[in-house]
Amino acid sequence: MTLLSVRDLRVSFPRPTGGRVEVVRGITFDLGRERLGIVGESGSGKSMTGRALMGLIAPPGRVAAARMDFDGTDLTGLTPAGWRALRGARMSMVLQDPKFSLNPVMRVGDQIGEALAFHARLSARNRRARVLETLAAVRIDDPERVYRLYPHEISGGMGQRVMIAMMVILEPALLIADEPTSALDVSVREQVLEIMDDLVRRRGMGLMLISHDLNMVARWCDRILVMFDGRVVEEIAAGRLHDATHPYTRGLIASLPRMDETRAELPVLDRAALARGA
Amino acid sequence: MTARDWLLDEDPATRAQARAGQAYRLATALAGNALAMVGLAIILALLVVAAFAPWLAPYSPVQGDLGARLLPPSAAHWMGTDELGRDILSRVIHGARITLFIVLLVAVIAAPLGLIIGAVSGYFGGWTDRILMGVTDIFLSMPRLILALAFVAALGPGIENAVIAIAITAWPVYARIARAETLTFRNADFVAAIRMQGAGHARVIGLHIVPLCLSSTIVRVTLDMAGIILTAAGLGFLGLGAQPPLPEWGAMISKGRAFILDQWWVATMPGFAIVIVSLGFCLFGDGLRDVLDPRQRARG
Repeated sequence: MTLLSVRDLRVSFPRPTGGRVEVVRGITFDLGRERLGIVGESGSGKSMTGRALMGLIAPPGRVAAARMDFDGTDLTGLTPAGWRALRGARMSMVLQDPKFSLNPVMRVGDQIGEALAFHARLSARNRRARVLETLAAVRIDDPERVYRLYPHEISGGMGQRVMIAMMVILEPALLIADEPTSALDVSVREQVLEIMDDLVRRRGMGLMLISHDLNMVARWCDRILVMFDGRVVEEIAAGRLHDATHPYTRGLIASLPRMDETRAELPVLDRAALARGA
Repeated sequence: MTARDWLLDEDPATRAQARAGQAYRLATALAGNALAMVGLAIILALLVVAAFAPWLAPYSPVQGDLGARLLPPSAAHWMGTDELGRDILSRVIHGARITLFIVLLVAVIAAPLGLIIGAVSGYFGGWTDRILMGVTDIFLSMPRLILALAFVAALGPGIENAVIAIAITAWPVYARIARAETLTFRNADFVAAIRMQGAGHARVIGLHIVPLCLSSTIVRVTLDMAGIILTAAGLGFLGLGAQPPLPEWGAMISKGRAFILDQWWVATMPGFAIVIVSLGFCLFGDGLRDVLDPRQRARG
């Protein structure tokens, strides 16, 4: 079953000298209730793809697509009110760094409850109960206490769990996670991903995991899109990553260090050859 | 363990203790600033005098004794009497109410107005920003008293109209501050995160941006109080603020001007009141800024 269907998505920004530069150049993919990984280097357009799907590319940026359907809704001609009804309730996005993605002067609990305030008409008590329930679902031990904390009083891993709680409280059909673990300590990465994975599977959500970490994406996703220079260069099942054919993907895989390393130097990408190929 | 030790404990046992400790540190930092304390004392005195004016004033502020006109300061009339035989001390005491009324009302009108205009302008950017900031700049480019004068002349003299006129001239500063603050986090991730939850623009501005602009605006308002008092007194002096027989300080100076060479106290006493109260707000505002702004706080 297809949840999201994107055809020829393009995102462009104006150049100061006139004309426009395309950062996403016509990508096409489908997403069901599965876990899709998007990998690529900095500037390959993976985050812009995520933001375009949420309708959060602010002018002067421009989004164009031949088709962009989400769960029966056409996203290409959506009004601002239509977007607001969709965001948070049916699709949501986890950002990279909880230090910057939580409002510093608002209590964590109130912030999670924000989505309830405008999507669901709940009494204050029900809203609170729902927030505490969601905090427990992201494995926060003492929800009552954490509810009252401010973002500067919690750790990075906890912050990211709060962020996830904020984004799944209304059980959206699609969760986009943009580098959800890059800002976290290595020791809590696995834990955060596990929580997210668990929520996604149990609630039957679609997950789009954006990252530059091939190994991580291969481990947590069913399918992988490899992006380079605003295009999808390869689409492959996560288990078959080593059968990748595109030179860019092969280059990326080759540049990862292995446990039983025998090479004296890790190979780097030959960008000149890639540019000729692209 | 004394209460002070409990407050300054490096490892607070409870959240309430940590919060009380922080408040105590702020208070001691403020108390260490002698000038700020002088300012605070003046402001407190103003509040007390205004609150208990009818009990503190020895005579009526409007009823004069024509047999006791223009008396110099004495034991019976500490600040002397004016040309209608009214006790100047009583009038100054009642004038504190009017001053406080004007200052508070202006702050209540101008600060939210400026905050909202600044936040909207900074948040949306583009043409909204250009138009709103253009208007703000026009207001800022005119001398405050002259602009207020023009508005009072148009609205008609009176204390309410004076308040409106001063508020109209006071908001652009707050709009500028709010805009500058908003620009620093309009592209922040947490604003994007709230939008991703589905919040509309009004909610983002009202609940997420304005609270972050509040602290700098509050400090600025305290610093501006002195200016507001002076503008109000200026309008009163020119006969466009509070109308007789209201004991407004500016209007009292204006009346006393005629006798300044022979009966100096008529104009001087309310003048002292204005100077002392505006000095109080200035000193306290400065101290508050030093304490609240972590960039200026000394590490100890």
